[in-house]
Amino acid sequence: MISRRVFVKSGAMAMVSLGFAPSFLARAAEGATARRKLLIAIFQRGAVDGLNMVVPYGEADYYKLRPTIAIPRPGEAEGAIDLDGFFGLHPRMEALKPLWDNSSLAIVHACGSPDQTRSHFDAQDYMETATPGIKSTRDGWLNRCLQSIGSDTSPLRGVALTRQMPRSLQGHAPTLAVGNVDQFNVRGGMDAERQLETAFAGSSDSLLNGSAKSAFEAMRTLRGSTSGPYTPRAGVEYPRSPFGQALQEIARIAKANVGLEIAFAEATNWDHHVAEGGTQGQIAQRLDDFARGLSALAGDLGEQLSDTVILTMSEFGRAVAENGNRGTDHGHGNAMLLIGGPVKGKKVHGKWPGLGADQRFEGRDLAVTTDFRDVFAEVATRHLTLSPEALNRVFPRYAPANALGLIRS
Amino acid sequence: MRTNMRAIAAGFVILLAVVAVGPTTPAASIPSDRGAVEHALNRLTFGPRSGDVERVQKMGLSAWIDQQLTPSRVDDSALASHLPPIPAKPATVNSPQEARRYGREAVQALAAQKVMRAIYSDRQLEEVLVDFWFNHFNVFAGKGRTSQFIPEYEREAIRPHVLGKFRDLLEATAKSPAMLFYLDNWLSADPEAAERFAAQRQQRVGARGQQPPNAQQRRRGLNENYGRELLELHTLGVDGGYTQEDVIEVARAFTGWTIGPPEPAGGRGRGNRGRRVRQGPQTPRPAMDADPGNAQFRFMAALHDTGAKTILGQHIKSGGGMDDGERVLDIVAAHPSTARHIATKLVRRFVSDDPPAALVDRVAARFRETDGDLREVVRAVITSPEFFAAEARRAKMKTPLEFVTSAVRASGRDVTDATPLLNALRQLGMAPYMCQPPTGYDDVAETWITAGALVTRMNVAQQIAGAQRASTIGGPEFQKR
Repeated sequence: MISRRVFVKSGAMAMVSLGFAPSFLARAAEGATARRKLLIAIFQRGAVDGLNMVVPYGEADYYKLRPTIAIPRPGEAEGAIDLDGFFGLHPRMEALKPLWDNSSLAIVHACGSPDQTRSHFDAQDYMETATPGIKSTRDGWLNRCLQSIGSDTSPLRGVALTRQMPRSLQGHAPTLAVGNVDQFNVRGGMDAERQLETAFAGSSDSLLNGSAKSAFEAMRTLRGSTSGPYTPRAGVEYPRSPFGQALQEIARIAKANVGLEIAFAEATNWDHHVAEGGTQGQIAQRLDDFARGLSALAGDLGEQLSDTVILTMSEFGRAVAENGNRGTDHGHGNAMLLIGGPVKGKKVHGKWPGLGADQRFEGRDLAVTTDFRDVFAEVATRHLTLSPEALNRVFPRYAPANALGLIRS
Repeated sequence: MRTNMRAIAAGFVILLAVVAVGPTTPAASIPSDRGAVEHALNRLTFGPRSGDVERVQKMGLSAWIDQQLTPSRVDDSALASHLPPIPAKPATVNSPQEARRYGREAVQALAAQKVMRAIYSDRQLEEVLVDFWFNHFNVFAGKGRTSQFIPEYEREAIRPHVLGKFRDLLEATAKSPAMLFYLDNWLSADPEAAERFAAQRQQRVGARGQQPPNAQQRRRGLNENYGRELLELHTLGVDGGYTQEDVIEVARAFTGWTIGPPEPAGGRGRGNRGRRVRQGPQTPRPAMDADPGNAQFRFMAALHDTGAKTILGQHIKSGGGMDDGERVLDIVAAHPSTARHIATKLVRRFVSDDPPAALVDRVAARFRETDGDLREVVRAVITSPEFFAAEARRAKMKTPLEFVTSAVRASGRDVTDATPLLNALRQLGMAPYMCQPPTGYDDVAETWITAGALVTRMNVAQQIAGAQRASTIGGPEFQKR
């Protein structure tokens, strides 16, 4: 499927940029640059309150049902940042406004799962496997994407900047979960490393054997391409938070040109049942970190952003009305963000269902009008160039809807 | 006919004898070969130390399992000298910062104790089960003031019940300040009751010529968080057959289960040095600003929703109080889905990532017939043929906690300071008491054995065992248990 011209050109480029290249390194680099498309998936674990993130300030019910935590309308003190006359960003997300203005930020609102669970665990599982309602799915949708868009076995094609492998990336395609690139090394010298590599290669357990093989290969590749401390592009400043640091590591690996195709990071702590806050307080702090991190990543990627899509997701939204503790309970529909050159930005996509009593899901939550898989599938096909035949494998039991028009063709 | 009767009678006598001797009878199915002993030590302890296999062989595996199931029979007096002290709970604090500092230090010390117990306790199975049940009823030290309640949570709600009745364990967690805070139930109230009291309070405070409190700050209502996790995680399991309606009904039943200072002796309760706690018994309010030493489980009838409830098809009459919640605990503890859910998790912990269905069925049945007697339920798991089956041996991968503590136990090194081990656990993604979601830490290989994690394990092995043994402890065989 990869045209010979692209392959030769990028393969040659990779060789030049890396100087001497052991075979595994060249293989990884070829796999990467031949494709050059990058998807960065960000999971907001704990169910972000999408109605305070992308505020439907044009809805009277929004203010009626959230007496203490609503974000004021644009123009009012600490008001939302107006996007299109109806929706506004939380005021602490101003770092993303330039991306909106230059059309590289799009939003899909009232998006979510056809499954109705309000369990974090299940909903995350369903989103990460992209099989809502089916618990037996073993692998994650991002891993199935990797399986379908190439056959290279470098684990650096799919990297999660998390200590544990997220469900989204679990599966047969080798992937890597690593907290930090610098710590990804066996201490004790080359002898120790060789001894352990041999021992694991001899293990009959396929999980141990395969994981170790991936580890040693990736270690060598990274060692060859990311030595020394990392300096982001001038003027770019990542938040010092775990989220900000994870995004910085993604940029570092992406720029090292080692074959990264799908990266994954997570932003945690969104489960605000109590004292969620509005323009100030818990959610404001979390969104501030979130927006500044994404903005830094986009800025740091520079030119590479034109081949990159950053996609944010969260397991479900939160109830329209605030609860008795000035927080919000588990809800349904939510907002997803897409950032990048290929994104048809400056638009809130999807059909807005309204927040009126009869428009709400089960009378309480934002209804879902866009299946989250519609967004995933469009990113996979139009950006990662997944073939229509492979779509069924990545999204089993899913009938593709009309494209939302999120990605420029 | 007559012989038949006699045969039946004889059979009955044998049956009686079996029943009478009951669970202490060494199960015939327990093998005693060296491999079986190694396997049992791998699964029921935090890893064998040098000489353990021989000791257990000498004693007999069956006898050793019996002993581990009755930890009071194991002398564990040597453990105390290894445990760093947990700071005493201050009876009073002068600022929220002080309370937070206490919580942080207490959990740090408790985490060190956890690692030391895993390494040095001779009641190994009990420690394994304390870890299992804490994880089942997980609370997260990073959420607000949860941390200051965690030492007593483990000591009083979890530990005493791990080989007792499930219903008791469940109630102890339901009434623990740690759980009440972590899953927000301490704030949950009947919205109408809450409004009534806000109004009363405003009237009274206003009459004293003080600023009426911000009405919105006093707004309170139903919070579903505990109700949902009780059903999904603690008891029935996510496929256990409950609805969103059940979640709400359970939450209503638990309104008024909250945290506060001890019941005042009478009159206007000044409680806690007359400071901070300003509400009398007529206008109760959950008081998390109470000093840590004084905060405990309270039922505040005034916040309770006294309406009728229907939970999992069972009716609870209107007019109830604290017993509504207790009734819910009865219903869910006795529900067949709970027996199955607990059986599945225990079999996954002790036997296989893919729990054999037949064993789960038998263990769930044992749960039901013993009324949730966890000693008998665990016994059913660990004396089963499936537990000792060839395909079960060395088929589980160690979690980071198991890896780190078994490395120390195997290396024979003496640990005086647990800090480096706790740092290793943090790097491996399994810091004690720091698992944020109520699901607790995962118990399957795929979660823990990844390329990135293996590299960290190799480096931790180096650190714990030194260069000499790093290739063994960091190597593939040692990752299995």
